Amino acid sequence: MSSGNSVSPSFEKVQASLARRYARERRFRAMGLGAILLGLSFVAILFITIIGNGYTAFWQTYIRLPVYLDPQVIDPQGTRDPEVIRQASFRKLVRQPLREMFREVKGRRDKRLLYKLLSDDAPHEVQQRVIDDPSLIGRKVELWLLADDEVDMLVKGHIPRETLLEGRKAKLVGWVDRLQAEGRIEKRFNVPFFTRGDSREPEQAGIAGAAAGSFYTLLVTLLLSFPIGVAAAIYLEEFAPKNRLTDLIEVNINNLAAVPSIVFGLLGLAVFINWFGLPRSAPLVGGLVLTLMTLPTIIIAGRAALKSVPPSIREAALGIGASHMQTVTHHVLPLALPGMLTGAIIGMAQALGETAPLLMIGMVAFIVDIPQGPLDPATVLPVQIYLWADSPERAFVERTSAAIMVLLAFLIAMNALAIVLRRRFERRW
Amino acid sequence: MSLIETTMVGEETAGEAPSVSRPEQPMQEDLGSDFQTVGEVRVDNPAISTTGVQVYYGEKHAIRNVSLDIGKNQVIAMIGPSGCGKSTYLRCLNRMNDTIEGCRVEGEILLDGENIYDKSIDVVALRARVGMVFQKPNPFPKSIYDNIAYGPKIHGLAANRTELDEIVERSLRRAGLWEEVKDRLDAPGTGLSGGQQQRLCIARAIAVEPEVVLMDEPASALDPIATARIEELIDELRENYTIAIVTHSMQQAARVSQRTAYFHMGHLVEVGETTQIFTNPRHKLTEDYITGRFG
Amino acid sequence: MLPAEETGENGMQNSVILIVLLLLTALGYHLGRRRALHSVGGTQAIRHLHSLPSYYGLYVVLWAVIPALLVMLLWGLVQDTVLNELIISTLPPEMQSLPPERLGLLINDIHNLAVGNITSEAPSPAIKAAADHLRSLQAVADLARAVVVLAIATAGALFAWRAISPTMRARNRVESILKGLMVASAMVAILTTIGIVLSVLFESLRFFQKVPVTDFLFGLEWSPQIAIRSDQVGASGAFGAIPLLAGTLLISFIALVVAVPIGLMSAIYLAEYASPRLRAWAKPILEVLAGIPTVVYGFFAALTVAPFIRNLGESVGLDVSSESALAAGLVMGIMIIPFVSSLSDDVINAVPQSLRDASYGLGATQSETIRQVILPAALPGIMGGVLLAASRAIGETMIVVMAAGLSANLTINPLEAVTTVTVQIVTLLVGDQEFDSAKTLAAFALGLLLFLITLSLNIVALRIVRRYREQYE
Repeated sequence: MSSGNSVSPSFEKVQASLARRYARERRFRAMGLGAILLGLSFVAILFITIIGNGYTAFWQTYIRLPVYLDPQVIDPQGTRDPEVIRQASFRKLVRQPLREMFREVKGRRDKRLLYKLLSDDAPHEVQQRVIDDPSLIGRKVELWLLADDEVDMLVKGHIPRETLLEGRKAKLVGWVDRLQAEGRIEKRFNVPFFTRGDSREPEQAGIAGAAAGSFYTLLVTLLLSFPIGVAAAIYLEEFAPKNRLTDLIEVNINNLAAVPSIVFGLLGLAVFINWFGLPRSAPLVGGLVLTLMTLPTIIIAGRAALKSVPPSIREAALGIGASHMQTVTHHVLPLALPGMLTGAIIGMAQALGETAPLLMIGMVAFIVDIPQGPLDPATVLPVQIYLWADSPERAFVERTSAAIMVLLAFLIAMNALAIVLRRRFERRW
Repeated sequence: MSLIETTMVGEETAGEAPSVSRPEQPMQEDLGSDFQTVGEVRVDNPAISTTGVQVYYGEKHAIRNVSLDIGKNQVIAMIGPSGCGKSTYLRCLNRMNDTIEGCRVEGEILLDGENIYDKSIDVVALRARVGMVFQKPNPFPKSIYDNIAYGPKIHGLAANRTELDEIVERSLRRAGLWEEVKDRLDAPGTGLSGGQQQRLCIARAIAVEPEVVLMDEPASALDPIATARIEELIDELRENYTIAIVTHSMQQAARVSQRTAYFHMGHLVEVGETTQIFTNPRHKLTEDYITGRFG
Repeated sequence: MLPAEETGENGMQNSVILIVLLLLTALGYHLGRRRALHSVGGTQAIRHLHSLPSYYGLYVVLWAVIPALLVMLLWGLVQDTVLNELIISTLPPEMQSLPPERLGLLINDIHNLAVGNITSEAPSPAIKAAADHLRSLQAVADLARAVVVLAIATAGALFAWRAISPTMRARNRVESILKGLMVASAMVAILTTIGIVLSVLFESLRFFQKVPVTDFLFGLEWSPQIAIRSDQVGASGAFGAIPLLAGTLLISFIALVVAVPIGLMSAIYLAEYASPRLRAWAKPILEVLAGIPTVVYGFFAALTVAPFIRNLGESVGLDVSSESALAAGLVMGIMIIPFVSSLSDDVINAVPQSLRDASYGLGATQSETIRQVILPAALPGIMGGVLLAASRAIGETMIVVMAAGLSANLTINPLEAVTTVTVQIVTLLVGDQEFDSAKTLAAFALGLLLFLITLSLNIVALRIVRRYREQYE
């Protein structure tokens, strides 16, 4: 290009500047790419950390022991009555095989440590087994019993042997080694994690209670926020006159969408609990608070969905003599419904992950029972995560991560559903 | 980027719509791939010389085998019904089509004997030599001064502030805007009237001392008085620059240009002296268009 | 906590009422339709009806359901309070004169006893009698509620049914009722705001009666521990909010320092440089960050990031707190990256193509166009986005609750532990506390402060963003 005599002096300056400018261009581009990669690596690190910490929680350590179900202890009269069996103490029966296997263990303190191989829950497990099948009484059966969380951590390698060997529980390592050598230790799928409520003992703690609490809370939220949100969206988009009240409502909705969630919790505490006297810790109150929080999301999404329905549809319906309301309910609403549902699902996903406002209304209590209704005291999955994250036991780190995995799975499923819904019903006018 | 694409598509459909409603129009006529342009496409001293230019937007064949010279220190006008490809052709001349996804250009476009679509050619340097003014005035949301200074600054044309001031003043004077804005160079460029904005954009384009200035319907968004002012300006600029202007107004083409090229459905139908095209068109389509039978 | 059986019974009674109500409405719909048809003499004369028959049915249904549900709701809200008052009035006078907290416990015991649960102490005869009384009152009240609700439903239906005539504009009436419901739904937004303002304002006013506003707003010390006995040392805590605000701002600032460059640069790259394929992958993955619950970030911060930063600091000889502001801020920054990037993406895309064309037409490179044309043009919008992100960071709770400290240090050293407004609200309110102590009320004052700060940030930000949008529309 530099050939020819027409090249102006200014063009030479342009040529001279090019190398520097392209270097700057490359730097800028690299910065952009770097930012993206950094962002993506944050996502990766987050998921790797959580999954790496949590996947082991889906398997739990069990110890196989030959338990003699002594009729003298369980049911001396031979009634086989479940009530009698329920009264019996199974603790001894469960400890017996350990004592026999490790005869060399003497002294009270050592024995107590020996019994700590098993979870506190092991006797109840055996008891339940016997209640289900009374014919076991009097037999010696090999049973897989839940191991204590420390044994579990040791077997999974989350507690290094060295640390344990230095402490006062050093003997535990040897016993576990021996049981392992005899094939009496196995990791099995962790059913209790999905079927039980919370517990102070990590090996017995499950997410069923929190999941049920989340379910009832979300149910209340959905039942309230979807109809109210849709009705409000329809009113604002289709009927509302342009006046100061409508403006006020709109400003309100936009601002509510950005109010910190914890403030909604304060509202719930002051209004629903202290003023209305609704029970603390109840999914009902949680649902009410989350309803107020998700309403802006649902209303905004609903209005967008209504807006995307072309005016020609309304004109067509009005033109054949339908009333305004009929036009909306018969023609506009069905077309806008998938969009509204998508908004509702996204709102529900937000509500499912919400923690802070629920702390305010007491859904943070330690609750063992699985709630049976929206008025029972309950907690929810994210709060359960918060509670477990606060617990000092090493085994709770694993459970917390696993609970997070479950929560994320639900969230991903909900968002995927929203995406599918949007893809499926998306219309281009 | 998608914005351009949609407007392009829009332009196409807008061009085809009347042909559907008025099927007797000659718009439907297919000129065929071996069509030869009527008139002399070459000139003695070309600033840009193009041969066999083809442009595709994805599947769509937008420019078909166009050969044309742009004469130095001349104004060439490109006319034709909307969707005929005149804007697309213009945008090839400084590779503005590069920013549109799915756009492919074939053929030869020589600037100073070198093909501007050659791999060794630097777009940035090319555009410094071939500037462009757009249909809608598009001043940056900056001060009038910064609008003009932007090009010289990025290209490093001014060594210091005094030189930059000189460039700004010279460009504004050439664009005939200096007297109107010299007291408010710090005011935002977007605050000017439409005609002033467009002259600002012209001043901005010539501030980098290009050899060729491409103008894509520069007056179509302006009122008649502002249009007249722009046309005057174009005539004055001819002294220092080569100008290619796309216009939908035949009167404007007649007023400002020395040569005129008539485009139709991606073909360059006819090219010649402006007086000849408007008084004695040789091709039937040109004549129909000139006499207002369609378009 | 409410004993399970009581709620169970209550729930069952509720569902029984609702089922009966449902049956009533079905019947009402049918009867309303039929009466409308009858009034003109059958389907063949249907043109004489003002509206379609189903509208008459709906009209009856609405009249049956809405008043009945309203009454049921109100009753549910009032019943417990009224019953408690009644019970208290039957208690011996020495019990009635107990302080409110003790009386509350007593009422709790009576409730527990009434449903057959174990109480905290062995019940006295007076309590036992009260429990029996409560039980009988509850039975009466529940029955009365069922009767009243169903009677109102029937009366409403009957009223509407009798009003049916061929000339009645049933459709219009149904539609105006529906419209009324819609207006009420839209009003919920306003009610929520009013509720928020009133609830935090009232408790805050009570707080300011105990602690002067100036102490709260300008005090440099925060230690809300109040002595149990009034003669203890440090009987009154210090309620200066400045350290909390400083901590909040420090962590939010760190978060923005992380999020704004990364979010903005990735938005730019995705909008201007990335291939469609990269965009299709990277954008949703980045947005995943916005969908992750904050409690997960909190766990991540406490478990991974904080120890990492501490070890890193130790390896270069720095003393880093294990609850450093840096760790919390960093993770919070990660959380708001997608927030910044999607808002920036919006505003960058709103910059008209014509400006880009103008710049490219002059021979600018892509980065020159972005830096000198697009970003200045998008700046107001980006500023609005950053303000919204800041408001989000200031109001964020779980990350700081789990990863930031509790002690109120007034410092700008990011390696030290600081506490935030939200952390203090949570610590003050979680756990059992009497509701009237300055400690609990302080939480509401902090809530008011938080609400006002975020609200003003939002209003400013939304205004900027809106003005920006209008500029290019």
